Amino acid sequence: MSKVEIYDVSLRDGNHAVKHQITLDQIEKYCTDADRAGVDVVEVGHGNGIGASSLQVGLAKHTDVEMLVAARRVLKNSKLSVHCMPGFATISRDVQNALECGADIIRIGCHCTEATVTKTHLNYLRDNNITAYSSLMMVHMASKETLLEECQKLESYGAQKITLMDSAGHLLPKDVTEVITFLNSNLEINVGFHAHNNLEMAVANSLAAVEAGSEIIDASICGFGAGAGNTRMEVLIAVLKQMNFETNVDLYAILDAADNAEKYLVNNLPKVTSTSIVSGLTGVFSGFLKHVQRISKLYSVDQRDIYFELGKRKVVGGQEDLIVDVAKDLSSRN
Amino acid sequence: MTQGQFRLTVQRSQESWVRRARVAIIGSGNIGTDLLFKILRSEHLECVLFVGRRAESKGLAIAAEQGIPTSHEGIDYVVNNLNLFDILIDATSSDCHREHWKHLQGKRKFVIDMTPSNIGGMIVPEVNIEEASNLENVNMISCGGQASLPIANLVGKHFKNVDYLEVVSSIASNSAGMATRINIDDYIETTQEALRRFSCIDNTKTILILNPADPCVDMQTTVFAKMEKNEDLEAFTSDFEGMVQRMNQYIPGYEIVVPPTMDEGRLVVSIRVKGAGDYLPSYAGNLDIINCAAIKVAEEYAQGVFKTLPEMQGGMA
Repeated sequence: MSKVEIYDVSLRDGNHAVKHQITLDQIEKYCTDADRAGVDVVEVGHGNGIGASSLQVGLAKHTDVEMLVAARRVLKNSKLSVHCMPGFATISRDVQNALECGADIIRIGCHCTEATVTKTHLNYLRDNNITAYSSLMMVHMASKETLLEECQKLESYGAQKITLMDSAGHLLPKDVTEVITFLNSNLEINVGFHAHNNLEMAVANSLAAVEAGSEIIDASICGFGAGAGNTRMEVLIAVLKQMNFETNVDLYAILDAADNAEKYLVNNLPKVTSTSIVSGLTGVFSGFLKHVQRISKLYSVDQRDIYFELGKRKVVGGQEDLIVDVAKDLSSRN
Repeated sequence: MTQGQFRLTVQRSQESWVRRARVAIIGSGNIGTDLLFKILRSEHLECVLFVGRRAESKGLAIAAEQGIPTSHEGIDYVVNNLNLFDILIDATSSDCHREHWKHLQGKRKFVIDMTPSNIGGMIVPEVNIEEASNLENVNMISCGGQASLPIANLVGKHFKNVDYLEVVSSIASNSAGMATRINIDDYIETTQEALRRFSCIDNTKTILILNPADPCVDMQTTVFAKMEKNEDLEAFTSDFEGMVQRMNQYIPGYEIVVPPTMDEGRLVVSIRVKGAGDYLPSYAGNLDIINCAAIKVAEEYAQGVFKTLPEMQGGMA
């Protein structure tokens, strides 16, 4: 099989961990290390992608342009990529800006059942010969058959690679094996994987994806990312080496990058906590964490009970108002 | 436009002779079909033509069931039957409307554009409906625009030194048809442009979230305004409440979720729109907020035209 492409989300998903306050200095330092280590793609920007800095999801310390220019200045071999969600980012305002700053790849993302919303963006990239990737988020919420339909749409719009995002960190290796095998045997383009570590499965799930045919895997230095963090890149590289899967990343250089990043980028290593375990188990979006903490106290109910009930109701981001309903309901049963 | 072209249909209602303006709808998706149901209830409007592009369209079947003449021949049918209607409502997509307008411009029809094409004059009934009667093409902007612009307008009037204005709308995924999805950039750019114009604040942003949650969530819109410091909200809140009451006359499901709140120089207001459940269930308030606004514009136009016409003779029907 071909080499596994390592897609580095440290400077994008990691921005969630610091409320989008990553500095230009941190971007330059990390890009220098990642480039030296041979990382294939470095994604940079606000946690929710280009055009997303807002009062709704958080204002970033720097503009998209400032961040991309800083990264572009030091990246020599690694490709520069951005995450782009239609509804936040428009072609004429944000995508074209990113391209002018020298982005090599645009990855268009959406919720796992909403692929149609990416059509205009992906068509634009295809028509202009720009490398277009795609990602589907919260994939544990859809069956593999639904995911196939959505991936087929993305493929028809012009996506060259697709990444499934386990945004709630819910999947287990056997689930990943099943879905990735199914999709890769039914599509022309390759389907990769993006893990979250709520259940300490990020590396195992990433390995399962590679074994099932994924040729692109998302990872982050020291696991730097939202909630319990992403797949730890330095561990992934070591594990892939042990399993004889080839990558372009040099083991010593990425280990050095991780040691360095702990000094200037990842002040608090992401960790699995009791709430991240339950949110992963119940498949509830990590962004609910602070709300559940507060509301559980208000109604004197166990946070874990709230998560299980929210999981049953299949809530998604934007439905924060349901937490109060659930808490009220639980407290009346006590 | 010249109003002498206006033709009337006259129908017997219980109380008196009622004169209705004849409306053609092009676009048989969610917006067009919901509009049809609203027109069926209107005292001033009558749907005389419902046009789509696909013979198998669900909207066309629904219109036919209601006894409305339909066609699946798109804009060609409309252009060949200009004598049938007074008002054309375009509920297709912004790209289609740009094409349609080439055929309609100068044809002396009052055109109400439901798409974010940004061709015609932008109208929000609560703010500037009086400007509509001078237009040949009225642009209804977007659902998020109709929900937020009256608030943005008030923010601009009450507060100086607003650095930044942001509007976030979330709508149920089920209520967003293919045209909405393909036009998502037009939605954002046109709404953002309208925010600038209606608030006179330069730095604005619009975000649209399609929420796939099941059961479907009601349409919700939040307006944020970033200022130098916390401002007193008393006068603003009072005007805001008056505005909601006035809007409730044409959109009854428009309700306050988070009343005006100021924290660290940030004003936050949230409203929800529950629909009348005409075509899609009541969660699809995004259809209602823009459709009720369009009906309001069409009815005002119809009534305005009636005023200029000579008194009708009894028995004319």
